[in-house]
Amino acid sequence: MKPEEYSRRQQEVGRWKINIISFKLGDRYYCTVDNVEPGAWLARAEGATRAKAEMTAIEKATARLSRTRVMG
Amino acid sequence: MSEYAQPQVLVSTKWVEEHKGDANVRIVEVDVDTKAYEEGHLPGAIAWSWQTQLSDTVQRDILPKAGFERLLGSSGIDTETTVVLYGDNNNWFAAWAFWQLKIYGHGDVRLMNGGRKKWIEEARELTRDVPRPAPKTYRAKDPDLSIRSFLPEVQKAVAGRAVELVDVRSPQEFTGEILAPPGLPETCQRGGHIPGAKSITWSKACNEDGTFKSRDELARLYQEAGITGSKPVIAYCRIGERSSHSWFVLKYLLGFKDVRNYDGSWTEWGNLVGAPVEKP
Repeated sequence: MKPEEYSRRQQEVGRWKINIISFKLGDRYYCTVDNVEPGAWLARAEGATRAKAEMTAIEKATARLSRTRVMG
Repeated sequence: MSEYAQPQVLVSTKWVEEHKGDANVRIVEVDVDTKAYEEGHLPGAIAWSWQTQLSDTVQRDILPKAGFERLLGSSGIDTETTVVLYGDNNNWFAAWAFWQLKIYGHGDVRLMNGGRKKWIEEARELTRDVPRPAPKTYRAKDPDLSIRSFLPEVQKAVAGRAVELVDVRSPQEFTGEILAPPGLPETCQRGGHIPGAKSITWSKACNEDGTFKSRDELARLYQEAGITGSKPVIAYCRIGERSSHSWFVLKYLLGFKDVRNYDGSWTEWGNLVGAPVEKP
C-alpha cells in the first residue's frame, strides 16, 4: 500500500511551533507531530478521518509542550 | 558541485527502492517511537528500537560487544551485509545506529537520505509485514573509540582549546533558555553550553525534505563558524543522537579526519557538579 493525501503544515501551540504531518494509509489516517525546533517527535495518532487523527495528535503534543520549562 | 567525501555511505530513496530486495542488503528502520514502524515501513525492513535495542538498558552506554553481535546476528546480518539505515526524527537515531556500527567496525553501512519522512512524502510503498530473516553469526571488531568522546576528553578539550566543540542543539537549548527540546523531558539540572562550543544546529545541514545539503553548502556552514577540520572536532547535543547526525556530516560528507561524538552530551555535562557552563 502507498501513502496517499500527504499533508504537512505548521501551527503554533502557545509559544512553540509544531509540524503536523498526516497521510492516509489503507483506510486509516495517520498523523505525526514534531516540534519544529529542533524537530523531535512529540505525538502520533490515527483515526478514521484526517481531522480526527490530527486532533488527537495535536492534543497529545499540546499536553507534552505544556510541561516545557522555560528558564527565567 | 563537489561530491561528498565518502558518497557511498549515503543512498537515495530511489536506490533503496531498486535494491531493497537484494540478497546482501538488509534495511533497518531505527526509531525512538517504534509505533512508526508498526504503522507501515519499507518492504523488507526490520526494526531496531534505539531505547531498548541499541542502548545498554542497565547502565548508560552503547551496546556491549556481545549484545551488538547478538542484535546483528538475529537481524540476519553478517560482516559482509550491506546495512541500510533510515528512521524517524529525521534519521537522528538511524545516524546513532550508523555510528555504533562503525564503532564495532561494520564495513558497509549506509544512510537513506531523507529518512522515513522522505519515503512517505514520495508516496512510496509501505507494508506492515514483518520479515523474519534467518539468523547469522556476527563477529564484531573491538570497539573503535576514536569516534567516541567520553567526559574526561571533553573536559581536557575545554581546558586546552585544542579541539573544536560543536553544539548541535537548538539555539534555545544552547543559550539555556530551555533545558531540553520543547515537550521532551529535561534530564539535566542546568541550561547553557560547554564553554567554547560553537552553535551549529543539526538541521542547518539539511534541506526542507530532510536530505543533506550539498558538500559546498555544508563546508560553508561549518567554515562560517570556524570549524574547518584543521583541529579535532567533538559534536554533542542532549543525548547523543542529533550529534550522531552531525558527526556523520562532518566525517563522511565533509571528510574531516578526526570527528568524535560525545554521546554523554548535555544530559551528562549539564548534571555535573562544578562543571563550567557558558551562557551567552
